[in-house]
Formats: sequence, structure tokens, C-alpha cells
Amino acid sequence: MGQTIVEKIISAHAAKNVHQGEIVIVAVDGAMASDTTAPLAITSFRAMGGKAVWDPDKCFLVIDHAAPAPNERISNLHVLMREFAAEQHCKLFEAGEGICHQLMIEKNIVRPGHIFIGADSHSCAYGAIDALGAGVGSTDLAAVWLTGKIWLKVPRTIKIELIGKIPMGIQGKDLILDVIGKTGIAGATYQAMEFCGPAVSALSLSGRISMANMMIEAGAKTGFVHPTGLKLPYTFTAELPDVEAKYHRTITIDAAAIQPMVSQPHSPDKVVAVDQVAGKKIHYAFIGTCVNGRLEDLQMAARILRDVKIHPHTRLIVGPASRQVFLDAVKDRTVEILLKAGATFIPPGCGPCVGTHSGVPGNDEVVISTANRNFKGRMGNPHAKIYLASPATVAASAREGKIANPLKYL
Amino acid sequence: MGRKQNIKITGKAHVYGDHIDTDAIIPGKYTKTLDLQTFADHVLEDLDPEFKDRVQPGDILVGGENFGCGSSREQAPLALKVAGVSAVIAKYFARIFFRNAVNIGLPVLEVSDFEIATGDELEVDLKAGAVENLTTGRRFSATKMPQVMIEILDEGGLVNYLKKYGDYRLQKDEG
Ligand code: SF4
Repeated sequence: MGQTIVEKIISAHAAKNVHQGEIVIVAVDGAMASDTTAPLAITSFRAMGGKAVWDPDKCFLVIDHAAPAPNERISNLHVLMREFAAEQHCKLFEAGEGICHQLMIEKNIVRPGHIFIGADSHSCAYGAIDALGAGVGSTDLAAVWLTGKIWLKVPRTIKIELIGKIPMGIQGKDLILDVIGKTGIAGATYQAMEFCGPAVSALSLSGRISMANMMIEAGAKTGFVHPTGLKLPYTFTAELPDVEAKYHRTITIDAAAIQPMVSQPHSPDKVVAVDQVAGKKIHYAFIGTCVNGRLEDLQMAARILRDVKIHPHTRLIVGPASRQVFLDAVKDRTVEILLKAGATFIPPGCGPCVGTHSGVPGNDEVVISTANRNFKGRMGNPHAKIYLASPATVAASAREGKIANPLKYL
Repeated sequence: MGRKQNIKITGKAHVYGDHIDTDAIIPGKYTKTLDLQTFADHVLEDLDPEFKDRVQPGDILVGGENFGCGSSREQAPLALKVAGVSAVIAKYFARIFFRNAVNIGLPVLEVSDFEIATGDELEVDLKAGAVENLTTGRRFSATKMPQVMIEILDEGGLVNYLKKYGDYRLQKDEG
């Protein structure tokens, strides 16, 4: 019987051919925890009787969700992480180095064909490079530290075929928002997704990461963007599905017809084309996060904000996804353009995405953000309204002080 | 054997709708602590601010579709557990929440069809995988969990399970 990508990767790790529905225990290639999940994982690990992690070279800790620490309580959790990393001889990425998912890909830690477990729901992002990334909670992660293994149910797969040519100014974010609007927030629960089709090969790595990252917003356990056309700084063997692979359902998207898309408050699946909400006054625009804080995203914003100022009633916060991204954007003067337009830069990290610090919105304020979630209270204030869009749309909205279609500026 | 599986849980139902996300269960801004009581103090704060004062030890939370969608934060099931919730029933759960709940020893039951109103007295039979609405006398059955999850729940969570076995065990019929 033919296999999907997820079945192939799990089979390779289970040393037998598996198909959807089976439950297997597999050895994993790596484990990551952030400052939201690592402290509880450390507690669980010790409570399990854990003394040493199974393989220090495969365990990664990242201080990114509240970094640098906004208060002493969080600072002490960071201390706990540093002590654990030192004791266990595993790699810790300090505050300011970047967002966990960005670092796992940028530093070539996650690689095609891997099973990589992250104590963060957006670990599905690794599907951008043909790796099985799955998000778990702290205790599951502690169990990986202890055993080097995880139990998984082999999911069935939804195939999403992208046909047509992706229009100029349409980003990976618009494509995935369109899909989430179609599947709904639970449309892929317990399932994997595979993006394939002729339009996939035109996608940049950055665009692929945005798409894979947000598969969880449709409930997916994991997912992949087919590696056709994927360029990485090292050689790799691409894992493609068998021709006779069995899919649960197929969705076909005509990329040529995709508009800039926007998710409305308070759910990522409340998706409309930007023109349906254009003109809505915004107070705050945020460009960053693991979905859209890469160089390509900042460059897109700079194209729209070059030699102009953001609207006086609007503030723009930009959070590069990593120090490397920040450095690259300094070098090519993207940062300068955005600063001159009136942007405020925050350190590489999650920043306002999860509502801990660095830009919590006020009551009744309207935010347009490049993040992946707009649940009520997500940015730290349940009385704010969050719209989600691509960096192009967010930059155009910052420019006009209202939700705006970016295509006129491109 | 089966420390938890044999017990029956009774409690009053608190019924909520579909897609209760993890930010609704515990906002991200309260997750960064090891003081578990903090989670309980803010449980469901943006959805139902009075819940934390109304909930009684042993009460049962009832959700609709896709309960616990969103983040991987284990603080979400912990917030419910520490607040006194003894079990969660939903039509179906988001995957990570479901795993997390079992891992911390909070029973979760997937019941595709039920009639339960807030205030109804429920009896959950974990071994039989059934929920009885004692107020109306109606009985509903839950989807069977994978054996590995039943065993983890039996031990009261993944910490105890691994403390006992040191590694995962898989039944033959599952592999
Ligand atoms: S940027 Fe936002 S979504 Fe991404 S890992 Fe950080 S908190 Fe999570």
C-alpha cells in the first residue's frame, strides 16, 4: 500500500511499515522546549526520576517567549533553564537569539526526514523542510528527555493541491489563511496536511515555514509542504509520498485567485479577503513571530513603507524572528527603512505574540498582526481585537492607519 | 490493578460551547510560573470570570467540539485540575490538550453525542467509558482511548507511569 509523507517518516523511525491509525513508539531526532514549557518539563523530568537526558546533543532549550525577562518571576524561570541546560550539557539559546522554531530551522538542527518534538504547538513548522514536527506539552517532552522516544498515532492526511501561479504580493501567509478559512479551526484535527502541486515549487523557504507553522490552526498534528523546489544550505534527500498514497481528502486551491487574506477576531479561521475588511481603523500593527518575522517578511514591509511614515494614529512594532534575521535586515538597510517609517524594534523573540510583554494592546484597540493566533486575550488583553494578515497587508495597514490591501503599493 | 480507572467520578456539570481554546482556559500571560495555584486562580478568566469562584471540587467540565485547541501549554489542563475539575467531557478534543490532560492525570472523555445542562449531576465511569446524567437518567458512551493512554491514566499520569516502568510499553495488538 502506498504511503503518505507522514507514514514514510514514521515507518523509517519505527523500523516497520506503518499506516494511518496505528499507534507506534518511535525514537526521535530532537526535542525542543521554550521558556513557557521547559520549567514544567524540568519539574516533570525530575519527578519521573530523571537524572540525565537521553542525548544532550539532541535536546534544545530556548528562551524566547518572554525574553529578555519582563519581571523577576520569569527571570527566575530562565535561571532554572540555564541551570538545567548546564547540568545536562544541552544547548540553550539565550534571550535575544531568536524564536525557537526559527532557530531549529535556521541553525540546521531540524533536518528533512526527522521526527522532531517541540514543546510548542507550532512545531509543525518543521514540515516546511520535510520533517515531522509535532507539538506536545511539558510532561510529554520530559518523557522524551528521559526515554528519547514518544508514542504517536499515525495520522491520516489531507492533501492540498496548489495549482496556478502565485500572484505578486501574495505570501505563504495568504495561502495558509485561505486554507484555514476553508477547513475551519478543527478541520484537520488528528490529521496531517500535505501541500503539493505545481505552485509549491515557487515558494520560498520563508513562505513554506509560514504555511507549515499555521497547520495547527486547522488542528493538524503535523504537516508538510512538498520539498519540490526546496533549497537548503546542505544536501538532503527529499521524502515524497508514494503515487498510490491514500489521502483522507483533497482540497484544490487555485493560487492565481488568492487575494491578500485576513483573519478576523477572535479565531484564525474567520478568514476573509482583505477588501471585505479594508478601511477598518487600526491602532497597532505588529510584524514578527515565528510565522512572519523573517528577512523576506521585513523586506516586504520595507517595500511598502520606504520613504513614507506610518499613519500618525498607528504604532508599528517589528520583532525579527532571530538575531541572524535582525543582522541581515540591518545589513541590507531594511531596518533603516522601517525605523525611518516609524517602526519600533523589539528584541528577537515572541514579544507581543503571546501577551507577556513588549506591546500589550489597550482596551478596545484594534491590532493587525502577522502572528498565527487571534484568540481573545492572546496578546494579553481580552478587550483588544486582533486581525491576522501577511507582512504586506500589515505594513500597508500601518501606512494607512486602517486595514488596507497591499497590492496597490507593490 | 488500575488505581484511577476503577473509580467513578461524580460531580456537577459546567457546560460550555465549541472550540474552547487554551488562551480561554488559561491566558498566556499567567502561564509563566511554577506556582500551580496561579493557573487555577485565572482559569477560564476571559470566558467566564466567575467560574473559578463557582467551581466545586469534583465538578465536571463539559465542552463541545475541539475542546482545548491552540497552544501546547500543559498549564491549561493543570489549571482545570488544580481548580478542582475532576474530568472533562467534550464531543472531541484538540490533540495536544487531550494528551496533556492524560499526561497530568486529568480524565478526559470524548462523547460524540450527549445531553447535559449546567448544574446536572453526572457520574463518569472511567472503566466502562460511560457518562451517566444522574439528573435526567440518560447514559452516554465515550470513544475508547488508545491502550497506552488508558495505562498512563491508570497510573495517574505520565510521571507516575514512567517512574514505574522507566520506558513506554506497547501492547502487542496496538503495534
Ligand atoms: S512567536 Fe508566537 S506563535 Fe511563535 S513560538 Fe512565539 S509565542 Fe508561539
